Amino acid sequence: MKEIILIKNGELALKGLNRSNFEDILIKNIKRRLKDLGKIEVRKAQSAIYIEPRDEQFDFEEALERVSLIFGIAAFSRACVCEKDFDDIVKKSTDYLKNTMESVKTFKVEAKRADKSFPLKSPEICRELGGELIDAYPHLKVDVHNPDVVVYCEIRDFAAYVRAEQIPGAGGLPVGTAGRASILISGGIDSPVAAWTMAKRGLKLNAIHFASPPYTSLRAEMKVKTLLSKVARYSGTVNLAIVPFTEIQDKIAEHCPEDYFTLIMRRMMMRISERLAEKSGSAALITGESLGQVASQTLPALVTTDSVVKMPVLRPLIGMDKEEIVRIARNIDTFETSILPYEDCCTVFTPKHPKTRPTLANCEAAERNLQIDALVEKAVNETQYTYIE
Amino acid sequence: MERLVYLDNSATTRPCKTAVDYINRALTQNWGNPSSLHGLGISAEAEVTAAREEIAKKISARPDEIIFTGGGTEANNTAVMSAAGGRYKKVITTAVEHPSVLQTVKRLENVGFEVVRIGCDGRGVIDLKELESALCGEAALVSIMLVNNELGSIQPVADAVRLVRKLSPNALFHCDAVQAFGKIPINVKSLGVDMLSASAHKIHGPKGVGFLYCKKGIKLNPLITGGGQERGLRSGTESVPLIAGFSGAVKELPDIKAQENEIRNINLYARKILGDSGFIDINSPEDACPYILNISVTGYRSETVLHFLESKNIFVSSGSACAKGEASYVLSAVGLPAKRIDSALRLSFSRENTREDIELLYAALSEAVKKLRRSKL
Repeated sequence: MKEIILIKNGELALKGLNRSNFEDILIKNIKRRLKDLGKIEVRKAQSAIYIEPRDEQFDFEEALERVSLIFGIAAFSRACVCEKDFDDIVKKSTDYLKNTMESVKTFKVEAKRADKSFPLKSPEICRELGGELIDAYPHLKVDVHNPDVVVYCEIRDFAAYVRAEQIPGAGGLPVGTAGRASILISGGIDSPVAAWTMAKRGLKLNAIHFASPPYTSLRAEMKVKTLLSKVARYSGTVNLAIVPFTEIQDKIAEHCPEDYFTLIMRRMMMRISERLAEKSGSAALITGESLGQVASQTLPALVTTDSVVKMPVLRPLIGMDKEEIVRIARNIDTFETSILPYEDCCTVFTPKHPKTRPTLANCEAAERNLQIDALVEKAVNETQYTYIE
Repeated sequence: MERLVYLDNSATTRPCKTAVDYINRALTQNWGNPSSLHGLGISAEAEVTAAREEIAKKISARPDEIIFTGGGTEANNTAVMSAAGGRYKKVITTAVEHPSVLQTVKRLENVGFEVVRIGCDGRGVIDLKELESALCGEAALVSIMLVNNELGSIQPVADAVRLVRKLSPNALFHCDAVQAFGKIPINVKSLGVDMLSASAHKIHGPKGVGFLYCKKGIKLNPLITGGGQERGLRSGTESVPLIAGFSGAVKELPDIKAQENEIRNINLYARKILGDSGFIDINSPEDACPYILNISVTGYRSETVLHFLESKNIFVSSGSACAKGEASYVLSAVGLPAKRIDSALRLSFSRENTREDIELLYAALSEAVKKLRRSKL
């Protein structure tokens, strides 16, 4: 029996004239994510996308799993392909829906007839197919108000499809429709969640990681790559920039007051990130900061870090509690990796009493002896890039 | 690139030529199933039999007292779990055992066993008085390691056995000798233990194979049941290549006493130049097994120094798990100050090391304390 994946793209329907453009990007994303599973054909018709395997070896279950992670999909389902012939529809659907029908008590049928040349009208399809299903599964009762399951039958131009439950999709907007932004990723719990959240709103991601060997280990870098590969299951490939940061930390420790260490470090990171973002075509920076979570994330601290960049800094977690962030991290499977205990570059030089209410003037005075431009320039030039799938 | 200075031999060792040759032979020629009745089975069985004899000889045991396992951890698990199911519900061990003993004992504790964990002195050596008082009331099992994996401290196992025999004659005595086998002389008869664990990859053999010595007449509960291999104590088709590799590693072991003296010279040399440096503290006791030397570059985090050394192609182990993780329970047990624990590094030697390695290490550590920032802890 031939099966397809049928996709409903939620918010897309709202986007007026841009819709077709959005759908094209979604289709491109779907194709890219399913590419290695075998040949497929993807077509769109009236705010639905049909994925048809064209390969005997196609791994259908894996494809469903992957589709469930693609942004821009409100709901999807697996459906059985029938000929546009009522007898064939009855024969295939009784067989195809066996497991579902045996596990429920009540059902109803909904039909949609896009191809008006089909001899039965929608209400007739519902009635007739419902009757046939009761004949096949006599324990079933029809309940049009509160059924255990709804069976959908669609008559399209190219074929007829029968399906049962819809599976909720990842929601959001197709990655790429909102442009590109760069996430600063440390390896903690927050930044992968921030990355995921913004990819969900259609941003294509680049990532920036600051490495401070020997204060940080290669394992910390590998951890960031693992985290990004988990985010990439939703967002698609991510270009990761690894910035050498040891020298800058050394220089800050040498030339700046200790209680300003973290803030000046954050300011340097933002400066470098903006440069890298510009180079890679990103229009914004993304951070995993949450208001008041640590000393460098108080409002006065955020003011001082923001003031060194012109680019907007997106902080999707700013109003979230740690528990809420952890819940998402668990859902997207980054939590277990995030809590692996490798030093990241934020923890090595941490001052004993960091400033929580810095002023911009004090901050600027504190970094007066730092060769900021030269250090930024050098870090940008020595940055290494790698693609994360 | 500078030459490789590998000082992490208690983590694992480079497989030696004989081990690799034997593994190769078992994989390409004697690849049968030792249980098969035909000739291919017999030649595979011969590999296992020869290995068993070779290895038994090293600890003065009988070949049929050697049970091959999937490594030291499995041997320790088998030994500790053997205590379950008997009459007595008490297990005595030490606070400084390897996690494969401690975690397994913990499982017994969770199902109702009484567990006593004996502490140790500043040298990492257990107090026999404490053992004596723990032995009031019959114990099912006493498990004490021979050489500690972090400090190298040698436990008075033979004395402990005598105490146990006197005060709790029905208890089984197990000794984790993973860091001792092939490094210091072991004679199971003079030690008097009932069970003893060892691992191949700590002595230039392959990973994934070890043995549990189990004295003739001792009854064990197998962890793994099935086809009845290894006298029914460890079912599953024997890993002939790994067992052969283990045997090859044992065959290539030099005279243990002579080798121990060579390593002692390296150890003493390291103690001298590192100890005299003024910035390094020596954590291992003077009478420790010379293969392990625990030091602290006090004030500098283990992980940072470890990665700095790595950039010089020198490989050591951090004494504590990680700055963010838990501090080493062994170093805490001997009462080292937190600052020294946080800076601990474990150097562990093998016959491949030379005095020059120590000189390179010393030079790199001197550079490290100049270049690296001190930790704030």
